[in-house]
Amino acid sequence: MQIYRGHVLVCAGTGCVSSGSRKVKAEMEKQLEAFKLEQEIKVVETGCHGFCEMGPIVIVYPEGIFYCQVKSEDVKEIVEEHLLKGRPVKRLMFKDRITEEMVPHYNDIDFYKKQNRIVLRNCGFINPENIKEYIARGGYEALAKALTEMTPEQVIEEVKASGLRGRGGGGFPTGLKWGFARAAKGDKKYVICNADEGDPGAFMDRSILEGDPHALIEGMAIAGYAIGADEGYIYVRAEYPLAIKRLKIAIAQAHEMGLLGEDIFRSGFNFKLNIKEGAGAFVCGEETALIASIEGRRGEPRVRPPFPANKGLWGKPSNVNNVETFANVSKIIAKGSQWYASMGTEKSKGTKVFALTGKVKNTGLAEVTMGLTLREIIFDIGGGIINNKKFKAVQIGGPSGGCIPEELLDLPIDYDSLIQAGAMMGSGGLVVMDEDTCMVELARFFLNFTQLESCGKCTPCREGTKIMLDILERITKGEGKEGDIELLQSLAETIKSTALCGLGQTAPNPVLATLRYFRDEYEAHIKEKRCPAGVCSALTSYTILEDKCKGCTACARVCPVQAISGEVKKPHKIDSSKCIRCGACMETCKFSAIIKK
Amino acid sequence: MGNCCCGGNCQDARLKEILEQYKGMDGVLIPVLQKAQELQGYLPEKTLRTIADYFDMPYSEVYGVATFYAQFRLIPSGQNVIKVCTGTACHVRGGQKILDRVCSELNIKPGETSADGKFSLEPVACLGACGLAPVMMINDSTFGRLTPAKVSEILAKY
Repeated sequence: MQIYRGHVLVCAGTGCVSSGSRKVKAEMEKQLEAFKLEQEIKVVETGCHGFCEMGPIVIVYPEGIFYCQVKSEDVKEIVEEHLLKGRPVKRLMFKDRITEEMVPHYNDIDFYKKQNRIVLRNCGFINPENIKEYIARGGYEALAKALTEMTPEQVIEEVKASGLRGRGGGGFPTGLKWGFARAAKGDKKYVICNADEGDPGAFMDRSILEGDPHALIEGMAIAGYAIGADEGYIYVRAEYPLAIKRLKIAIAQAHEMGLLGEDIFRSGFNFKLNIKEGAGAFVCGEETALIASIEGRRGEPRVRPPFPANKGLWGKPSNVNNVETFANVSKIIAKGSQWYASMGTEKSKGTKVFALTGKVKNTGLAEVTMGLTLREIIFDIGGGIINNKKFKAVQIGGPSGGCIPEELLDLPIDYDSLIQAGAMMGSGGLVVMDEDTCMVELARFFLNFTQLESCGKCTPCREGTKIMLDILERITKGEGKEGDIELLQSLAETIKSTALCGLGQTAPNPVLATLRYFRDEYEAHIKEKRCPAGVCSALTSYTILEDKCKGCTACARVCPVQAISGEVKKPHKIDSSKCIRCGACMETCKFSAIIKK
Repeated sequence: MGNCCCGGNCQDARLKEILEQYKGMDGVLIPVLQKAQELQGYLPEKTLRTIADYFDMPYSEVYGVATFYAQFRLIPSGQNVIKVCTGTACHVRGGQKILDRVCSELNIKPGETSADGKFSLEPVACLGACGLAPVMMINDSTFGRLTPAKVSEILAKY
């Protein structure tokens, strides 16, 4: 094996690829050749580092220097100055937002300081397309330990003792679930991974699949051994082509090394894995709908019981967990349940990966120990609100979750405290909203999503969410009536208690949570026909302030419907009958002469 | 499919090949539809009927599955497929305005194809590039940190 004196890690996660990391990598290889360093420095394409905001990300080892927003034009400088002459390029380092100093090392950046990366341990550090790099970081040791030193019952006990709970949303104890599938009678059983990450604003599973696919495979094989299954399915979104490609490579490599297939570690245990590509239906995140979809049918949920542990795929006992849950398993087996259970709160152990997005400075993936407060996540890791605006609320748990207002920011994050606050852990999406977000419109947005994704099987979800959406649409158009709030509340309670599956039961959550914390905004829309955040276009108008307008014509040129008129160097005017309230003029104006009311 | 070698027949032949690959297996309808759509770009009624006949399924079942999942299209797409992200992160950073601008530029609604056949517009729930919000994709290229004005510039290049 060739020894290199340095490694350049280029992030090839979806965020960084979108920002142009492929070009950076190609340029890096070209420049290394030009400086004759290709035998000394190796370029590695890695999975996601989580700090997508700052992509493309390049890290140089052994020093661990972190470069961000690297463009292909910058590559020559990195190669010549840093890799050849040993002088790290300061201008490409991360600039601390408070001290304004350059931070050379990865671990010293605020975004990473408070994180505890267990699930994401390898993401961004290894080449996900090379199984040897996973093994070099302790990979497949846990599978070996389980198969050669432990009985299936001991594996289940260990997972139970760790306190691991399902990371897909519900938070059901994983060990308990495995125990049910183990106890179920049947000669054939299945392990299923739900990788149909459908929550808009959540991409943690994608990063694991793309950045460390073996962590999932190892976890699934351990689960297979524990419950007595010899076959597994990974149900993954077709919208994640890179994840599918890397999974296929990883499965093939694991087979080649005998870590999947027949008689693994000479234990007599057989396990094979299949990939099923989902075809785009949010409801398939529900386990019975997911199973229907693997069987080739419409992804409609069914009444439980019988639970999949007894009657799952093709009627056989099956165990369904999501990607993040499985990715925790190998570490628990390798390091022991006590180690895992020492982290977190009383009832929520270990860590959770959050996708931090919205109006926050540092967007990206952050894995934190359970029990950290929302304030720490949003302001310390996330760096606070963009443009230093005022924080309004954070949506947790995607369209099934709820929003948490400022006064609850010191809430320690765990499954139970979030439920109490009217939100839920969900898959871990954290969408931060500032004063410019209209909470009524946001509730409409979420309900529109769940309504579109409702499979139509049960009436409360199919009809109920539609009626709720109609009401919310009316309110945001300024046509709200007395009694709308009460009607929304009563519909929400009915749907929650009568819908067939999790999608319907949680669909009213965003409405209930916004009503609980931001009822005044609903009232302003209904009674005063006013949108306090200035978002709902029917209730908003744009005006040009005469004294500030310089007559530069920029707004008139950018207006897509020619609603702005005026002579050069003289104040302009907006014709509100033509205006479509797109806000393009306000964004373009350099003199803050356009306001919205 | 303009450079077809045998006057259109080979597509039927290739569809048949796909069907044969899955013969006798369980739960094949979704992968078969995915492969057929990859082949033809969309799923015309004739294809759905061929699939139903081959696997001895009621047509309604095949149609039911094809219309249930967002991935399947029953009408041809334009030369370029625009996917505008309407996920939460994009929404709070102005994703709706991006979608509105694409609609007004091309004079189409979400789900439609422009009159010249050049573009189709598909809003998607999340592209997973939330750090770059608001985001859209045209074919395989991702465009992030969009403003309505940038949308017009980008579309003009196609």
